[in-house]
Amino acid sequence: MRYTFLLYTDPADLAHMTPEDWVGEKEAYGTYIDALKDAGVFLDTDRLAAIHTATTLSERGGELRVQDGPFADTKETLGGFFVVDVPDLDTAMAWAQKCPAARRGKVEIRASAMV
Amino acid sequence: MKGSTKARAEEVARASYGRLLAILASHDHDIAAAEDALAEAFAKALEHWPLRGIPNNPEGWLITAARRGRIDAARKHARTKPLEQHADYMARSDQHDEIPDERLSLMLVCAHPALSSAIHAPLMLQCVLGLSSERIALAFQTRPSTMAQRLVRAKSKIRDAGITFERPDRDALPDRISTVLEATYAAYSIDWMLFPDGRDLSREALFLADLVAHLSPETPEALGLSALISFLSARQDARLKDGMLVPLDEQNIGLWDHRMIDHANRILANASVARQLGRFQLEASIQAVHAARATTGTTDWEAVAQLYTGLNALFPTLGSRIGQAAAIAQARCAKDGLALLDQLPTRQVANFQPYWATRAQLLRDDAPQQAKPCYDKAIALCTEPPLRRWLEAQAATLKLH
Repeated sequence: MRYTFLLYTDPADLAHMTPEDWVGEKEAYGTYIDALKDAGVFLDTDRLAAIHTATTLSERGGELRVQDGPFADTKETLGGFFVVDVPDLDTAMAWAQKCPAARRGKVEIRASAMV
Repeated sequence: MKGSTKARAEEVARASYGRLLAILASHDHDIAAAEDALAEAFAKALEHWPLRGIPNNPEGWLITAARRGRIDAARKHARTKPLEQHADYMARSDQHDEIPDERLSLMLVCAHPALSSAIHAPLMLQCVLGLSSERIALAFQTRPSTMAQRLVRAKSKIRDAGITFERPDRDALPDRISTVLEATYAAYSIDWMLFPDGRDLSREALFLADLVAHLSPETPEALGLSALISFLSARQDARLKDGMLVPLDEQNIGLWDHRMIDHANRILANASVARQLGRFQLEASIQAVHAARATTGTTDWEAVAQLYTGLNALFPTLGSRIGQAAAIAQARCAKDGLALLDQLPTRQVANFQPYWATRAQLLRDDAPQQAKPCYDKAIALCTEPPLRRWLEAQAATLKLH
């Protein structure tokens, strides 16, 4: 079953990270990705640019609207994702717990709705 | 319809509901679809059995009927499930003689940590015992439509988010069983005093606790909870008189269920063999000391106090610390009990009714003037009519002059 981990963090928490912190963070993610690959469950991942770079568009009601910024202002913002292929939610939860983002922010686990 | 057949069908329904649902839902985690199929199978049984007699293996008959129903439903919505998968169940369903008991898996799914803990007990009551959402809503003081909606949402999460019926591995099992036990205890302890007419779920909770203990006898806390609820249930008939609460040490032991107390003592003894102390075993041990009054004639308050001290060292809660203070007051003197109450964080106890009721009781003899405002506060915070009446009677008999 395919699961996507949506990684949410509060940008304010990241503001006072030093360059060394970022090196450590990058290493932690590298190790995590290697572990996912070793287990044969890794499908995809990405780290997203800062929230203020977001562009939101909608064509609801037939009219194109483009908004500079995210669709909703929230304290914690989507900063990246992982897609994994594991048998069930218990396994997905076990992997999500090991994700570095779980320690800094929150990891939302969503099962794929595509059969 | 012959009355006896109907009664037999209902008997099978009660005893088998969770067993059959666990089997039917295990392959695709679709509890709602399994419930529908099972309901139809029971309806068919009520139609067929009076005419053709009760089959030798009623549970097998019901499983087969429910699986046929699901295949028919699947044919109508051909895209939902590949048919060969269904043919496989049919082949299996025709061979079985005995239905395996997968109810522990079903309970572990219902009390899965990815589901809100507030829905664990309602789900178990519905899936294992077949209780209607109206009945559950009544006990949990929720609107029936709200409860039904929450149950539907939880079942669709189980189906769509991939919560499986596979047993968790050995390392994870104790934690997972503890959520089942917590939910069972929650079902038992929802304000029974609000429903002196028996609308609480204590009987259902006792059934669930006995079931977990039976299916997981290697888990000492499962036995501990079964013993605890048995001790408490054994006193059911003695705890109210004329709509007023009767304190434990004043209850008429003639009204206690002594067979159930013996049963509880036996389970607790089995639990202690593993030598893994837990919250429910300790709480059951406290109840065992109270139950011993039936044979010894007195309550060994020193033993109760020591058990509370152990409980607070391992699993402290506000309630257990107040229990300890009350027991120490009985075993030694009111002053020692009050000293313990004074150590509790003021902010946490400010609106905690048991704290004010206990404080009032401990001040009652030596400082009735100070006891009065404590009773008033406890009465104001009390939402349970039988306890409220007792508190009012206690306040009214204070020797203020």
